[in-house]
Amino acid sequence: MEPKPRLLTILDAVTAALFAIAVGLVFFYAPTEAVMGQVQRVFYFHVAAGWVGMLSFLAAAFAGIVYLRTGRRHWDIVGVAAVEIGIAFIFINIVTGSIWARPIWNTWWTWDPRLTTATIMELIYAAYLMLRQGIEDPDRRGRFGAVYAIVGFISVPLTFMSARLFRTIHPIVIGSNQPGAEGQFDMTPRMLQTFMFSLLTFTFVFVDLLWHRVRLGKLADHVEQLKLKLAA
Amino acid sequence: MDGAPVVSHAKTPGLLEGMRLYLRSIAALVWKDLAAELRSRELLSAMLVFALLVILIFNFALELDTRTRATVTAGVLWVTFAFAGTLGLNRSMAMEKDRGCLDGLLLAPVDRSAIYFGKAIGNLIFMILVEVIVLPIYSVLYNINLFQGGLLLVILLGSLGYVAVGTLLSAMAVQTRTRDILLPILLFPVAIPVLIAAVKSSTGFLQGLEMAEISPWLNLLLVYDVVFIAVAFMVFDYVVEE
Repeated sequence: MEPKPRLLTILDAVTAALFAIAVGLVFFYAPTEAVMGQVQRVFYFHVAAGWVGMLSFLAAAFAGIVYLRTGRRHWDIVGVAAVEIGIAFIFINIVTGSIWARPIWNTWWTWDPRLTTATIMELIYAAYLMLRQGIEDPDRRGRFGAVYAIVGFISVPLTFMSARLFRTIHPIVIGSNQPGAEGQFDMTPRMLQTFMFSLLTFTFVFVDLLWHRVRLGKLADHVEQLKLKLAA
Repeated sequence: MDGAPVVSHAKTPGLLEGMRLYLRSIAALVWKDLAAELRSRELLSAMLVFALLVILIFNFALELDTRTRATVTAGVLWVTFAFAGTLGLNRSMAMEKDRGCLDGLLLAPVDRSAIYFGKAIGNLIFMILVEVIVLPIYSVLYNINLFQGGLLLVILLGSLGYVAVGTLLSAMAVQTRTRDILLPILLFPVAIPVLIAAVKSSTGFLQGLEMAEISPWLNLLLVYDVVFIAVAFMVFDYVVEE
């Protein structure tokens, strides 16, 4: 069994440090938003978590394509790892969004395109995990998982578009807002810096977690092989 | 001038012949499904009775009086078609898996994608047959005219997209341990764009909205159909590989 790589240990430390700084920035550096007040601070990690979620599902679809082309176990493990991380972070995204929406939109939940898309995305990847659970043969599990990760990821933008044709009230902080969006605000330079730093931090968190999860997947494979050897 | 036609004439038969063989194998696959159905009449009757039961349940659940009917008809129809469609998709693939038919098909000297198109067209035919019977019944029961060109087009496009991705996913679902319950779980979240677009454009036609309001939904339906047929065509090989 290979020991934990040095680079991974360094990455752990860097990520932890970045995260601590990001929390500090969010609470002490970024100014309090004039209209929404303290609850606006949830925005920095809310968007960052959503970003990691999308990145994960993109990574899963990419890993799926590579797995189908090469058939290497490694890419199957990357695919599952990415999906698991994505589910966790989109969940964080939804929960933080609800916390913000309660005072701003005066409701925990509304069937807005972004909210709808996030929910359906969670369901797609929950189905992905269920599909994998139902298959014993690792080769077939990898192939089916890869196919579903690709199909699911393609349907996400279409879901977003279909939901977007209904009117949206979700604010678009970057880019132009639709009329009728509620809870929008202009970022001051300090806010923008905090926001960008959160995105960077969460990207580090993603890479770090993915690496750990892929290692875990490989170790699990190894254990499986050892068990088979013992049984034989 | 004389040389050119001869050259192209010499080249095209190979391509044309290949194309014709491909189409013929698809037709044979579709015919196989239709013939089996014609003799057993298991699938179609089950789908049909199921569809009518769903409409009956909606009648009580939604209190389909004249006012609500105008707004919810499209939704009721599409939920019915989606449920009945799932039933058909599951059965049509389970049939192949049960008696080892799928292995036989895979051994046949045809392109794997021909199997996909054969199954998909078969499924589409069953779904359309159910719709063809359900629509007039619904029209009579609820005194609403569903036979409008636009609506029929939407139903065709929507069913096409639903079946395109459904055939791919049902081929995966039947090969798992939890086959019967897995298909709807896999299919519904992925098929949501097609269902939303279909419901919205159907409502648009039923309420006689302007074409400008309906066309974004129709475009979405078309994009969905094209994208998912293309993707399924590309990945089907990996789903049936042994």
